[in-house]
Amino acid sequence: MNGVHDMGGMDGFGKVEAEPNEPVFHAAWESRVLAMVRAMGAAGAFNIDTSRFYRETIPPHVYLSSSYYKKWFLGLEEMLIEKGYLTREEVAAGHAMQPAKALKHGKLALGDVERTMVRGKFARPAPAPAKFNIGDRVRAKNIHPATHTRLPRYVRGHVGVVELNHGCHVFPDSAAMELGENPQWLYTVVFEGSDLWGADGDPTSKVSIDAFEPYLDPI
Amino acid sequence: MSEHHHDHDHDHSELSETELRVRALETILTEKGYVEPAALDAIIQAYETKIGPHNGARVVAKAWTDPAFKQALLEDGSKAIGTLGHVSRVGDHLVVIENTPERHNMVVCTLCSCYPWEMLGLPPVWYKAAPYRSRAVKDPRGVLADFDVSLPKDMEIRVWDSTAETRFLVLPMRPEGTEGWSEEQLAELVTRDSMIGTGFAKTPGAPS
Repeated sequence: MNGVHDMGGMDGFGKVEAEPNEPVFHAAWESRVLAMVRAMGAAGAFNIDTSRFYRETIPPHVYLSSSYYKKWFLGLEEMLIEKGYLTREEVAAGHAMQPAKALKHGKLALGDVERTMVRGKFARPAPAPAKFNIGDRVRAKNIHPATHTRLPRYVRGHVGVVELNHGCHVFPDSAAMELGENPQWLYTVVFEGSDLWGADGDPTSKVSIDAFEPYLDPI
Repeated sequence: MSEHHHDHDHDHSELSETELRVRALETILTEKGYVEPAALDAIIQAYETKIGPHNGARVVAKAWTDPAFKQALLEDGSKAIGTLGHVSRVGDHLVVIENTPERHNMVVCTLCSCYPWEMLGLPPVWYKAAPYRSRAVKDPRGVLADFDVSLPKDMEIRVWDSTAETRFLVLPMRPEGTEGWSEEQLAELVTRDSMIGTGFAKTPGAPS
């Protein structure tokens, strides 16, 4: 979706300001939100792409004025309601009122935490040979789905070069909408800064994205 | 100003609205049997104590001293790091990119905040906030200036936008004056920002 989350190339947000000696969390609630997202994901309540999509659907003015963990919280709560794990009445009451819905992988137990701290695997067997070779010139498609996609706006319509082939991976555009993993070849495609930004770009810069095959057209 | 200040500016009660809502959600999830609070505590403890930039720093220091490891690391980051027992376990799809005198690399996630957690820990606020995510791809030298970093005028700057489940770790250049240093000594010079590409490794003797 063409949301405010797709920030590459936008102006007006000001300087990058690093916080010296920044703590891991700025408040205890942030850590609880992180842990709940990790635990519910490990239990199979949602996949990572669906959770990203729910954060993207936070209204733009809320997205832009909320901290990172606030967005995680808002996305988590809405997603769990819409997927039937809780109800709005329970959220309003602050207590369980309805029977629980079964979790695909069961509750994350203390003994399984260590195992879930390693990232999931996203590579899948290839359903078809790769269409593109390293060095091929490709054009990022001019697509504007209203649903989840990982093709940022700033590259759409531009020509780049295939630099790496990462194999076949779960396709976020399908997985986010719970339409299956639909594995696709994944490439690093590199664009010249001057192609992306014209005379306003830095001629010494190059920018790459990781692009799934359905995002690309041959030249 | 970092984002998190916003909540506190409008906080007139002992517990903010967000804190209350987060507590309520955890209560509901616990009552419904979806989460085990002790498991949540263990997740938090791991991110607070075990997983941080020291993991990435050990990998970089080894690459600086062991050419065969460096080559393996650049060919397949996940596989090479998997051979090191002392570093936290790493998932698939880690790509290590080398800074050279000709090319500087910098990593961003414009769409969300993808970051190599297992190597660097949880990302800092600036990495997840709009100024960095918006500008890194269009004006990378301007962003580096915000970090007081400047590159030679004709050096190539390459920005890696983490738009999939691949994760990128920058292998910074080894500082001069470190000949004969041990891996442990070298690891002390490797900063988090040098592995994101918004900084360099520390120079021996320079104030940190």
